[in-house]
Amino acid sequence: MIKYLLQLADNALILGHRLGEWCGHAPEMELDIALTNVALDLTGQARSLYQRVAELEGLGKDEDDYAYLRDAWEFRNALLVEQPNGDFAHTLVRQFIFDAYNYHLHHALTQSKDEWLAGFAAKSLKEITYHLRFSSEWMLRLGDGTEVSHAKLQAAIDNLWTYAGELTTPNEIEKELASHGICPDLSQLKTAIEAKMAEVLAAANVTAPVGAWMQSGGKDGSHSEHLGFILAEMQFLQRAYPGLEW
Amino acid sequence: MFATLIKIRLHLQRNFCFLLQPYQIMTSVNLEAIFQSKIDDEVKIEPKDWMPDAYRKTLIRQISQHAHSEIVGMLPEGNWITRAPSLRRKLILLAKVQDEAGHGLYLYSAAETLGADRDELVQQLLTGKAKYSSIFNYPTLNWADIGAIGWLVDGAAITNQVMLTRTSYGPYARAMVRICKEESFHQRQGYELMMAMSFGSPEQKAMAQDALNRWWWPALMMFGPHDSESTHSDQASKWKIKRKSNDELRQNFVDVTVPQAEYLGLTVPDPDLRWNEERGHYDFGKINWDEFWNVVKGNGPCNRQRIQARTKAYEDGAWVREAAMAHAEKKEQRKLQPEAAVKAA
Repeated sequence: MIKYLLQLADNALILGHRLGEWCGHAPEMELDIALTNVALDLTGQARSLYQRVAELEGLGKDEDDYAYLRDAWEFRNALLVEQPNGDFAHTLVRQFIFDAYNYHLHHALTQSKDEWLAGFAAKSLKEITYHLRFSSEWMLRLGDGTEVSHAKLQAAIDNLWTYAGELTTPNEIEKELASHGICPDLSQLKTAIEAKMAEVLAAANVTAPVGAWMQSGGKDGSHSEHLGFILAEMQFLQRAYPGLEW
Repeated sequence: MFATLIKIRLHLQRNFCFLLQPYQIMTSVNLEAIFQSKIDDEVKIEPKDWMPDAYRKTLIRQISQHAHSEIVGMLPEGNWITRAPSLRRKLILLAKVQDEAGHGLYLYSAAETLGADRDELVQQLLTGKAKYSSIFNYPTLNWADIGAIGWLVDGAAITNQVMLTRTSYGPYARAMVRICKEESFHQRQGYELMMAMSFGSPEQKAMAQDALNRWWWPALMMFGPHDSESTHSDQASKWKIKRKSNDELRQNFVDVTVPQAEYLGLTVPDPDLRWNEERGHYDFGKINWDEFWNVVKGNGPCNRQRIQARTKAYEDGAWVREAAMAHAEKKEQRKLQPEAAVKAA
């Protein structure tokens, strides 16, 4: 259970961190505000989840211990969320793939047999519903907008699609928890997630690569080279001056 | 009686001006007198009211400078978002920088009520034609800088902006009411961060002192040149755009802030700073105006980097904005010509 909650928390934390990198640099002011909103929601969700982990572990740790004092191999986020921002099309495609998955996941988690998790999912679902709407609308804008935006969107899909599969392929923890009704069976959820993706991609007039190889490993702690740098930056103060209140 | 007549006349002018024939239009001398009497009577000037060109220009310059400052101001603080040392601090900082983007938008809208165009104003910023607050040309070098900016920079900004909530131009005054509420929240958060650092470990306290050392004088410079040197102040006071002088505001700020620094156990980097019983104010040392003008001229530590970062965001984002426009236009066309769209598809 703890590993599963960390997986959810790490996804939210790392993606929120990446979106925070846009703050002050987005293509327009309204987008700057919107991307920061999503970053705020995700970071807030990560906080709740780490607090719950601390409570369950009962080792006297707090939320920051999980975010700031673990090394890369202890992080359980999917490879997708740690990928660099790239241009706005890459950020958007990364967000859309994650939102489509995250929306259906949290929708299903509201039925979890774990009461806390069901409550958390219901609360977060409101935010995630907005995220999916935001990213879907922008997929349409870029796909339908100009030749340039269409080409950039398609390039981003081609680059990032390889990270989509990990989200919907259950690892051992997810299989185990699904058998107890704590989390959904991802193989069942996969159909709904892929249908949503197909619907938006078709409306945006772009295509997903057929038969693409799907990278995996993040959920079990085997990451891309990017995560180490994210953590080096994020954890700098906590590592340089251990044990202080900030 | 006179005031009532003026009010009736203003009401007619505002609401029935379309009925006036050219020969009936009041001379500009009259219009200017009415305008000034409104200002004197504390009646807010609204977007459709007649106003002197110079008043309009002054306001566009001031409001857009303020908007630019909010947008450029996102950069020094944004610099620490990825390194915030706790999740709570990260959320606070993200929300704060986001508020600044919101203030920027709000202020550009206020400038647009005067006939300015947001895109043109942004161009003026990027080409260096328009200025922004020089304070943002200083770098954020340690984590306590985030606290010092909230405490000192937002503190100085509020001192100025509280006055602007009563400025004569309605949309600007109303924008400032909302902005001031958020800024004072930021200021408290900044001070709270400074408390955590000042009462923390010796290293944290050293960071706090280092931040105060670097931000104190630039914060005092935020109020602008001495009254005797200020080029815009006289007319701005007459029009009640600015209701207190630079030096008055600066003194208010020093008087409020020095005891706050004392509470933190930090030393204000000014050997001449002392309480003057007779004046009932703090006396403080000479401001280095050479540094101020040098930074205004573009030679601050980060002038180039700030404008380069904004230019990069603007240029890199051009294709995104174009796509959004093109999509909106296509959508509109499809609505108007559903059949043609189907055929084309």
